[in-house]
Amino acid sequence: MILEVNDLGFAFHKNRLIFNGVNFNVDKGEILSILGPNGSGKSTLLNCIANFYKPQHGSILLNGESISKINLRNIAQIIGYVPQVHIPTYAYTVREFTVMGRTPYIGAFGKPSKMDYRIAEASLKRVGIFHIKDRPYTEISGGERQLALIARVLTQEPKIILFDEPTAHLDYGNQYRIVQMISQLANEGYAVIMTTHNPEHAIILNGKVAILNRNGTFIVGKATDTIDATTLSNLYGLTIKTIYIEEAKRVVSVVISHNDF
Amino acid sequence: MKEINHGSDNLSGSTGEVILKRNNFFHFIKLHGIFSISLFLLLVVLGVSLAVGRYHVPFKEAFLILFSNLFNSSSDWNNIQRAVVMDLRLPRTIAAIIIGAALALSGATYQSIFKNPMVSPDLLGVSSGASVGAAIAILLNQGNDMIQIGAFIGGIVAVAITVTIPRLIRNQSTIVLVLSGIVISSFMSSIMSILKFVADTDTQLAEITYWMMGSFAKVSFKSMIPVLPTMLIPMIIILLLRYRLNVLSLGDNEARSLGINLQITRGIFIVLSTLITASSVCLSGTIGWVGLVIPHTARMVIGPDNKRMLPIAMIFGGIFMLIIDILCRTLTAAELMLGILTGVIGAPFFIFILFKQRRQVS
Repeated sequence: MILEVNDLGFAFHKNRLIFNGVNFNVDKGEILSILGPNGSGKSTLLNCIANFYKPQHGSILLNGESISKINLRNIAQIIGYVPQVHIPTYAYTVREFTVMGRTPYIGAFGKPSKMDYRIAEASLKRVGIFHIKDRPYTEISGGERQLALIARVLTQEPKIILFDEPTAHLDYGNQYRIVQMISQLANEGYAVIMTTHNPEHAIILNGKVAILNRNGTFIVGKATDTIDATTLSNLYGLTIKTIYIEEAKRVVSVVISHNDF
Repeated sequence: MKEINHGSDNLSGSTGEVILKRNNFFHFIKLHGIFSISLFLLLVVLGVSLAVGRYHVPFKEAFLILFSNLFNSSSDWNNIQRAVVMDLRLPRTIAAIIIGAALALSGATYQSIFKNPMVSPDLLGVSSGASVGAAIAILLNQGNDMIQIGAFIGGIVAVAITVTIPRLIRNQSTIVLVLSGIVISSFMSSIMSILKFVADTDTQLAEITYWMMGSFAKVSFKSMIPVLPTMLIPMIIILLLRYRLNVLSLGDNEARSLGINLQITRGIFIVLSTLITASSVCLSGTIGWVGLVIPHTARMVIGPDNKRMLPIAMIFGGIFMLIIDILCRTLTAAELMLGILTGVIGAPFFIFILFKQRRQVS
């Protein structure tokens, strides 16, 4: 098993637990979508797995070895992290930005080699933005920026890719294309964990789904078993129905009404 | 996935190829041309710096004197010319180049690690601390050596206090570090005001003011040598580590996710830049604007990639500082202080850069 999370609990302050008793595992080619309302701690959970935060208790095992015993560079060779799209301070070209994915393989005094640039360019071709490689990262569209982030994480050659709300700030079409790309990445063997605000995406990806409630409880299961009308209604405080659409060959969720108007 | 790129397809076709070729050409010029052109410019300004001043030495003579002394060949110029070039102008010329390069380098480093292009090397209080250290030495009627040592200690102590505050309140975020830098800087400025108030108005106050505005007038090889190790060694290490600055400038979590130990790496860069700035301050007093303006200029010319940007910024810093120093000692009969001209030239220049970059700065 490539990633095992056992009894994970996290609190910013001792008396206020964000989540507790989180157990799940993800293997090669699997997708875990984490659903939960704002403030439920989805990103915090993702940040714990990415080793940005130290959990209060529990363990995270990479290939059976505790993450706290692995050095940072080796972790970065296993776990890649795709942050939410944002504009960085400096106008690096898309190519320079992408090649930074090679950092875990470059020594402190080193810089990217020709080979590193070749890997970065292959990733840019893979996500379809090779033609904008010399444009400043600050001046391309939000969709292109998300693709550049994915190209960077592919350049990192990790085994697990974490996505923090990969579809946030994207238009309807680009949201769907990114979800498709995530699905392809899983087919290629990457283990994928992503947080999302859209249950639809979890249904399309049809992998494992984890639901993180505002009270910190955590359930995980197959998408088809976990996502149903009752769970979604409780999770978001709305009346939600799920309907099977023959043409799409899948279930869609629809909001029927607010409870709290 | 091609459909995701809005409007970039119109680059294909013949116009696209022309643009691509032109881009490659500019790329080549950028990589190889700018570096040699700016090195050549530096050499020209160096020659001017040796030649001009109250006592005129012809351009050609100045270079001949310099090279004959380097290679011990015969001489056909008088001793006054030799003394002016070798003992007066050469030390301050070298000091100006090194300090310009040093301030540009530490400014660019700070701008990368704090992810903010508006940051200058004295962000964490090193200059104001050094001023206090130097002023105390002046008040105690110490000589030049003690003023240098005082400045160095003052600068290091100020930054040490600044980086301790986030530890005390247990918040290691960048913003707390910047805030505590601001607090320490203004605290040191207040102490400075007290020191000026108690200083002897005829002798000490003038010296303190003079020192705070920066000058190369008192620089000699003798005063430079003790400062060089703490200045040059950190500069070399930063240059060797400079690719890490690219990664740090992405942001804390992204740098971590790429396997960087954030606390240690950022800490190393802060220590090295502080040593550089403190050393330069204790040699020439506080000099504003260089560390802010020059990295911007370099970034505008060659892009933000620190691999290429840092060496260019250092050369630009040397050229800029040297031009400022030449103007300081030639514009008026009495020598001007560096701080006056770096501000008078640096501020409008900075506005010009912002104007050129107005698309990026939003």
